Amino acid sequence: MLQQLGHLPMGWLLIALIAVFASVAFFTGRVRAERILLSGATELHSRPNYHGYFVTMWAVIPAILVALAYAIGAESVSRGQLTSELPPAFELLSAPELQTYLDSVAHAARSRDYAGTDLVFTAVTNRYLEILGGLNIAALVLMALGAVGGLFLARKRLAASFRARSLVERGMEGVLFFCAVVAIATTVGIVVSLLYESIQFFSVVPIWDFLFGTRWNAQTEAEFGALPLFFGTFMIALIAMCVAAPIGLFSAIYLSEYAGPKVRAWIKPILEILAGIPTVVYGFFALLVVAPAVRSLAIWINETLINVGLASEPLLAAQPTSALAAGLVMGIMVIPFVSSLSDDVINAVPQTLRDGAYALGATKSETVRNVVVPAALPGIIAALLLAVSRAIGETMIVVMAAGKSARISMDPTSDLTTITVQIVSLMTGETGFDDPKTLSAFALGLVLFAVTLLFNVIALRVVQKYREKYD
Amino acid sequence: MDTDHRPQTDGAVVAPDADAPPAAPPRIDCRDIRVFYGATQAIHNVSMSFPDRAVTALIGPSGCGKSTFLRCLNRMNDTIENCRVEGQILMDGQDINDHSIDAVLLRSRVGMVFQKPNPFPKSIYDNIAYGPRIHGLASGREDLDAIVEKSLRRAGLWEEVKDRLQAPGTSLSGGQQQRLCIARAIAVRPEVILMDEPCSALDPVATARIEELIDELRKRYCIVIVTHSMQQAARVSQRTAFFHLGNLIEMGETEQIFTNPREKRTEDYITGRYG
Repeated sequence: MLQQLGHLPMGWLLIALIAVFASVAFFTGRVRAERILLSGATELHSRPNYHGYFVTMWAVIPAILVALAYAIGAESVSRGQLTSELPPAFELLSAPELQTYLDSVAHAARSRDYAGTDLVFTAVTNRYLEILGGLNIAALVLMALGAVGGLFLARKRLAASFRARSLVERGMEGVLFFCAVVAIATTVGIVVSLLYESIQFFSVVPIWDFLFGTRWNAQTEAEFGALPLFFGTFMIALIAMCVAAPIGLFSAIYLSEYAGPKVRAWIKPILEILAGIPTVVYGFFALLVVAPAVRSLAIWINETLINVGLASEPLLAAQPTSALAAGLVMGIMVIPFVSSLSDDVINAVPQTLRDGAYALGATKSETVRNVVVPAALPGIIAALLLAVSRAIGETMIVVMAAGKSARISMDPTSDLTTITVQIVSLMTGETGFDDPKTLSAFALGLVLFAVTLLFNVIALRVVQKYREKYD
Repeated sequence: MDTDHRPQTDGAVVAPDADAPPAAPPRIDCRDIRVFYGATQAIHNVSMSFPDRAVTALIGPSGCGKSTFLRCLNRMNDTIENCRVEGQILMDGQDINDHSIDAVLLRSRVGMVFQKPNPFPKSIYDNIAYGPRIHGLASGREDLDAIVEKSLRRAGLWEEVKDRLQAPGTSLSGGQQQRLCIARAIAVRPEVILMDEPCSALDPVATARIEELIDELRKRYCIVIVTHSMQQAARVSQRTAFFHLGNLIEMGETEQIFTNPREKRTEDYITGRYG
């Protein structure tokens, strides 16, 4: 019996029950309010619907809390209970082995397809389903109790002078606050887990060696000097900004100062489409088109230099994947970030400043160069910083087109690797959580997070300061 | 329309030394000006002229077209999309809307001061030096310094800012900023200065300061000022023009307009019977 209950589709059940409780509670509250009105009360403080909402709130909130608790805790509670009941022979298993065993039990329980496996496994799985079934029933009962209890408590409070409207208002505030807290809590959770794993990593590899070591060989020889990764990231971001900063800024100036409304109506959406292209698409564009082009250009330069006699051996590495290829394409990718934000700040420069310059007999380009851009400069810098942090965190393009060799080389045609590329290669494939190899990915992630956070904070600060000046 | 250029006799506002300019030809002569914003006509066949070395005030209720008309005089309306100006504006006998006239050069001859002080995001010095630099008016550093000092002196700002010329222009008070903008306009040696409600964002003390300055500048320039304040028009101008719904209703010597207007509508407006 209990075992069958272990198969209950709890997700759907819980949602359906909450919906049922909500509608019942709403009508209970509204009908009650209407009764009060009919029984001779001259006037209700709040309209009947608000009484309905109020009762709904009281019925649904306990139900949702139970459902959340079930969603978060059911799996681990049932596993914990099961582990404590396992026969002593299982104590010989190591923690990861036990984990794997429990995973297969849970999987078998879900798929119902374990008849014919060995007896112990069948017995354990059956027991697991029983425990789960018990939990399911408990959750459903608790939820019903909470909802009905809340409903009656709330219904008892309804009266002609009852301020349901104000209380619903406060309830709404609570819901909004809760959503905000979820977002913040997630961020905090991610940062804490990054920090926790990084600290574990730094207990194995000294932080100094990590930040300033020049040899990176995490996959095989366990060398964790991340400087080449920082260098590669910096180099590619620099190349990207060399592309994105002028093109993005100039197109923003064109759009906001020169383009007529018709041209603007065309170009702006097209630029924004550029921002919507999936980075994977940029990635294979970089790998299949730009990287070979960069390579043939480098080879041509090498040959020309040798032919002319300026060099005796190839000067450029001319590798099939290169920092230059990845950087160029990444530059194209971040153009819309620069242009769209710069366009906004340039548009925010008051027209009176332009008029002032025109009235002195300045031409359009003089006005732009000497008045508009200086006035918008803080905002433009902020736009560039946001683009940099975007470029640093970009993964797909560099994974496909930048290569994997960790080296410090000023030659843009040699392949470099970045923080994000290494994180991807460390976290894919066979990984164990206690391995320094995996932990190093967390340390890299932490560095990446810290750097982009720094850029974003500076950018926001600069923008704020700028806003104060003209409002 | 009104083409008399009799000597000014308004002794109350005219300083003795700048008294009575001779009957010179007008600095600017406008004939049949019509301005359209798209299909809407904002100015209807306005003809008027502006004498040199005198202040002409344009008054009238909001939206009557006086600012639009002012902006015709230095072709600032060129910067507004779908704005069209028809008619002749003669400056020294030459039509400023003619193709042979460069609007950019014209604006260096016809300076403008705006409603809200709009100093550039630069230092006080660079705000003044900007115009002379782009027009190549200074031959060297000392020359530029001299132009900056002279312009600031003429705008009556020199004593207040001479020790902090490198401070940003936006760090000045509103009245000082407006005088900075006037100095900036003077620095390119214009012949005409247009002022679009230059005191509307200022307090009475700063306003009085600017009005004194306008009276001072009248000795050298042809000044056209748009104002909402009838008292200001009476205080600073020698000639006044009353606009209503895009039409020039009446133009004459300031004293005559304010004491003995020919038109009923002018009288209604200056006595406050118009909204």
